[in-house]
Amino acid sequence: MDIIRKIEREHMRVDLPKFRPGDTVKVHLRIIEGEKERIQVFQGAVLRIKRGTTTSTFTVRKTSDGVGVERIFPFHTPAIERVEVVSEGKVRRSRLYYLRGLKGKAAKIKTKNQWD
Amino acid sequence: MSIGILGRKLGMTRIYNSDGTAVPCTVLAAGPCPITQIKNQEKDGYAALQIGFDTVEERKLSKAERGHLAKADKGLYRHLRELRVDDVSDYELGQDLTVELFFPGEKVKVTGTSKGKGFQGVMKRWNFAGAPDSHGHEKVHRSGGSIGYRTRPGKIFKNKKMAGHMGNRTVTMMHLEVVDVRPEDNVIVIRGAVPGPRNGIVMVRKLK
Repeated sequence: MDIIRKIEREHMRVDLPKFRPGDTVKVHLRIIEGEKERIQVFQGAVLRIKRGTTTSTFTVRKTSDGVGVERIFPFHTPAIERVEVVSEGKVRRSRLYYLRGLKGKAAKIKTKNQWD
Repeated sequence: MSIGILGRKLGMTRIYNSDGTAVPCTVLAAGPCPITQIKNQEKDGYAALQIGFDTVEERKLSKAERGHLAKADKGLYRHLRELRVDDVSDYELGQDLTVELFFPGEKVKVTGTSKGKGFQGVMKRWNFAGAPDSHGHEKVHRSGGSIGYRTRPGKIFKNKKMAGHMGNRTVTMMHLEVVDVRPEDNVIVIRGAVPGPRNGIVMVRKLK
């Protein structure tokens, strides 16, 4: 088991900032089209973080033209160029699935106060 | 046949390519396997190498086994396997076979004993469709249906797929890709799954 951990550690990323469910993040994703490479940004609220070793993922949800869009990113994939934490959210649970049923102002996450 | 080594399945994990795609892989602790006996055409009627894996305490082997392993003088091993080779002249008794036989990107075959599933019905064992859950069907939902004809031929053909023991047999997976080789840990990483449970003994061999 230790050898598996060792292999996994080599493939894990330590450069991503810390963020939690409820935070609003910008995920800069490397996209390869043919020979060209460009960066696509996906901004939204972190719905959940699935903890693990190389298998950990996080789900980001945004509303695009009134349609809810969720994307699951592998945490340790090199396809992620960087992650920017836009704001920290004030939430009371770790899985924010209840946001899926909410629209408009109700679906907004209150941001954490600076002095909190 | 082909040269290879014995290993122990440690478990599975996931790593990433530089383009971000995930690679499922199995980690095997393999070798070093000393050659414990060389069989040749003249004496044994066929050419083969016998290799050992997994050291074992002296008291766990019989006197005959200890005597046999003493000839190679490389310690005592729990598992011995034969590898048929075309030419044994390249190898010598007591030589260690390590994971350095393989290189990343190479295709290999992996032989192991699959997980035992016990006595299973035809739906799990042979992917039969079973019978509908309703519309008058009673007591036959997972049955296999008819197994043959009538007075002619008056028998059930051999190899008819029926319920029975599933798993716990030798399975060889061909054309598996070697992802990584780590001689310092005696570890080989293979893309995808490998037969058997964790801690199961598997044999990794070259395709040719």
